Amino acid sequence: MSMEGSGEEGQVKLLGASLSPFVFRVRIALALKGIHYHFIEENLQNKSQLLLQSNPIHKKIPVLIHNGKPVCESMIIVQYIEESWGNKAPNLMPKDPYDRAIARFWAAFIDDKVVPCLRGVFIGQGEQQQKAVQESVVNLLLLEEALRTNPCFSGKLYFGGDEIGFVDIALGGLSGFVKALQKATNSVLIDEENMPLLSAWMDRFCEADGVKEGMPDPAKVLEFISAMRVKFTSPPTAK
Amino acid sequence: MGEGEEQVKVLSQWPSPFAIRVLIGLEEKNVRYESLEENFASKTELLVQMNPIHRKVPVLIHNGKPICESLIILQYIDEVWPGSNSFMPSNPYDRALAKFWADFIDTKFLGTGIHGILKKTGEAQEEGKRYMLEYLGLLEGVLKEFSAGGSKPYFGGEQFGFLDIAFICHTCWFEAMETLGKWKIPWESEFPRLLEWMKKCRERESVHKIFPDPHKILEYAIKFREGYLRSN
Repeated sequence: MSMEGSGEEGQVKLLGASLSPFVFRVRIALALKGIHYHFIEENLQNKSQLLLQSNPIHKKIPVLIHNGKPVCESMIIVQYIEESWGNKAPNLMPKDPYDRAIARFWAAFIDDKVVPCLRGVFIGQGEQQQKAVQESVVNLLLLEEALRTNPCFSGKLYFGGDEIGFVDIALGGLSGFVKALQKATNSVLIDEENMPLLSAWMDRFCEADGVKEGMPDPAKVLEFISAMRVKFTSPPTAK
Repeated sequence: MGEGEEQVKVLSQWPSPFAIRVLIGLEEKNVRYESLEENFASKTELLVQMNPIHRKVPVLIHNGKPICESLIILQYIDEVWPGSNSFMPSNPYDRALAKFWADFIDTKFLGTGIHGILKKTGEAQEEGKRYMLEYLGLLEGVLKEFSAGGSKPYFGGEQFGFLDIAFICHTCWFEAMETLGKWKIPWESEFPRLLEWMKKCRERESVHKIFPDPHKILEYAIKFREGYLRSN
């Protein structure tokens, strides 16, 4: 789905891949704010000149290009969207500086701890993969505990309160990937019994307006993960 | 701000670049604080209580409430004590750039550059040195752009800001890098702007007060490296 970027907001382009959870984070933020943008699907095996020029350091998606200027790194982009369209509801960041610090902390936790563990599950085999699954669960349990006991989050619909916020986007953007990863690797990462709050939160998040419309096709995500995992286990082809 | 109205404590460790950031930030804002030195052998109960997830310094404790992660703390300091000197650039795009480069410094520069020299030997260490030169080159270019070709002194332009504070804390490690890697970083020929920038930053009262002695960092780095190589 692509919408022409136009109007007083200026031109908004998003370089991405429709199955990427990091791209999905940005798409959620744009959807929630009602921002029109032009989506450019990148072929990651053959990256476009525009991508290489816009993100020469990491050469990765997502890249948001706003009035010709590129912004990289998914959660930096989400903060940028919040600040550039600060007058548009909903507010993706809390107002209070302490609450903002807490939101940034948990988003950083998700990127620094949860994501690498999930990557370990994705590419790992045998014992290494089992270890990655265990570590993922340990970190997800910390999020469960935060939902239960942290006064910023406890008793609320989302990490952001009544509405989806920064931490919700950071974790929720990964939902489709996590669900498909569980299927592809026959592992349990978010289970209802041990993580009742997180499970309920994820269901709620995935059904929310602004999220459900843009959710990557689960069948395609599963197909992608399964195909990549075959590549990881196959011996390199002889030249 | 009246006396006794606010309580600001920092759980810190003298060689930690992340702790140094927070202390420089507080000094820049003229905030009165108490610095509590964590030792290396065992973590205090206070640290475990205030940062149960990571159990690491720095932790800023503001009126009893903990804030963790140095770059997050810097943003918090900037928002709570805005004053006349904002750390963060004034527009969203420049803020995004500052965060991008601070993240680059903490992941690539520190992880592949500094640690590539500190924790490695032989060819692996040589690779670390190559990465460090590459990253210094990138940062030299960023400084050129952000300082408007050198007409302004800092990464923050006129303002000693977020990115300056994020990077300056790592620069006390260069002497250690050169000694451990048995090489000299070609500052004058390759990174003259960074060299000038470091001198300017070191003249600031906040940096002058907080910056650890690079010799002491070298001693610390040597011990760290010995211990690390023995157990890895």
